Amino acid sequence: MIETIATPKTSTGKSLRTEEMIVNMGPQHPSTHGVLRLEVVLDGEIVVDVIPHLGYLHRCFEKHCEHMTSYQQVIPYVDRMDYVAAMTNEFAFVVAAEKMLKIEVPERVHYIRIIMAELQRIASHLIAIGTFGIDMGAFTPFLYYFRDREKILELFEMTCGARLLYNYMWIGGLSHDIPPQFVEKTKEFCTDFKKTLKEVNDLLNYNEIFIKRTANVGILPKDLAVNYACSGPMLRGSGVNFDLRRDDPYTLYNKFEWDVIVGKGEMGTVGDVWDRNIVRQREMWESLRIIEQAIAGIPEGDVQKAIPKRIRPVPGDAYGRIEGPRGELGFYIVAEDNVTPYRIKARAPAFVNLSVINEISKGAMLADLVAIIGSIDIVLGEVDR
Amino acid sequence: MTAQDIHDILKLQFTDAVIEAKLENVVDPFIKVRTDMIKEIAVFVKNDERLQFDYLMCLSGVDYKGKLGVTYHLYSMVHHHKIVLKVEVPTETPDVPSVESVWKSANWHEREAFDLYGFNFAGHPDQRRILLPDDWEGHPLRKDYQTPEFYNGMKVPY
Repeated sequence: MIETIATPKTSTGKSLRTEEMIVNMGPQHPSTHGVLRLEVVLDGEIVVDVIPHLGYLHRCFEKHCEHMTSYQQVIPYVDRMDYVAAMTNEFAFVVAAEKMLKIEVPERVHYIRIIMAELQRIASHLIAIGTFGIDMGAFTPFLYYFRDREKILELFEMTCGARLLYNYMWIGGLSHDIPPQFVEKTKEFCTDFKKTLKEVNDLLNYNEIFIKRTANVGILPKDLAVNYACSGPMLRGSGVNFDLRRDDPYTLYNKFEWDVIVGKGEMGTVGDVWDRNIVRQREMWESLRIIEQAIAGIPEGDVQKAIPKRIRPVPGDAYGRIEGPRGELGFYIVAEDNVTPYRIKARAPAFVNLSVINEISKGAMLADLVAIIGSIDIVLGEVDR
Repeated sequence: MTAQDIHDILKLQFTDAVIEAKLENVVDPFIKVRTDMIKEIAVFVKNDERLQFDYLMCLSGVDYKGKLGVTYHLYSMVHHHKIVLKVEVPTETPDVPSVESVWKSANWHEREAFDLYGFNFAGHPDQRRILLPDDWEGHPLRKDYQTPEFYNGMKVPY
């Protein structure tokens, strides 16, 4: 609801004329989390309309895929879509490709993929909450969280040699097996990380200024979230108890015990910015639970046994999706009888989640718009592909 | 509900809308429907109590050389079943009714399909380019696309 601001009047009764302004939150802006341009129509300080303009990071990923010489060659490209959580992109692509090619991977590969995916989920949420804190004015959680993200990136570097863009999960298996010290270091990380999680939780989430800036802001109702196909913490923050890892299983998550975090409107209304943030915060605890259970029972095996030497699929198509840190990441692969992929469409969660921004920011103030963008958790590499 | 049941319900409701259906021995069972009836079918599959497909997972354009197609991946949060609907149009007149009023997530997906393939979604409230600049010419993901030589004075292939 837009509150009517009384038009100022001078003492002789003459009133000032007010108009709406168009303000450009341009592609270069510290709070838009990348190159996103928002055309904001303002009535004073209140947002009347938000028109996002995308495409500043469009890298023609889908067209490149049609000129590859193999399906495995697509994996480094897929890494670079969501450059913050690269393991997730690879996981989604290999799930879709293995579904289409009907490849069964050994159990060891499943366990290692789950561990990598959950470590990547934690790393991505650390960036999401850290940068969200910076947008709200809290600089300390960002630095504390990046110290722990460094430890996760060291674990990845130990395994596949790369810190940020891995080319690790291949169709049918993995590129390298985990080194002998991986299990030890991961257990160490899990123990140390719990202290940081508790520390930052007490520091940030229950701080009165943070609550005042985020509760009852950007409320996303349940039906709107489902109609706009929101997924991930945006959907669960609005009270919908849906998680692809449990409800549309794609690997062996059902062997582990963990809970799905749903927003309950503790500090404001269900579906506000505070709820989405606390869903991400608490999901990290659940990811730690999964990692500890998985690390304790990795079966033996050969991770490269099921990797096909040459991929020449039967013509057809398949859609495979996984639960990424931002939401449902899916790949629609259309194959013909050729080594080159015919069409690969990437369904990016940030792209779909961002489309709801017009509806939920009507009536908010400009500073709240910054909070809302931060809570959607976009990565422009994924939005623009 | 299996894909066969969904197909039977659709065939019962819309007598001649189903053109082709591949439900066995495929990874993702799909139903190809008549293009001009896709809007009515969308309203029906969303509201019918046995189907309740309220979540549009993905809407993608495909270029089958000679024809363009749109693929709709639907999921039901209530019944937890999935189905794929496909439509096909000739490349010269790619007119498809828009399903944006049924699932709001189709808004940006259809804009992307218009941008990259050149579909004309009838009834879309805001059909303009989303990923490419507004003054770009051509629709890149078509199989017969030639990269333009110059764009605003800059040489494109370098």
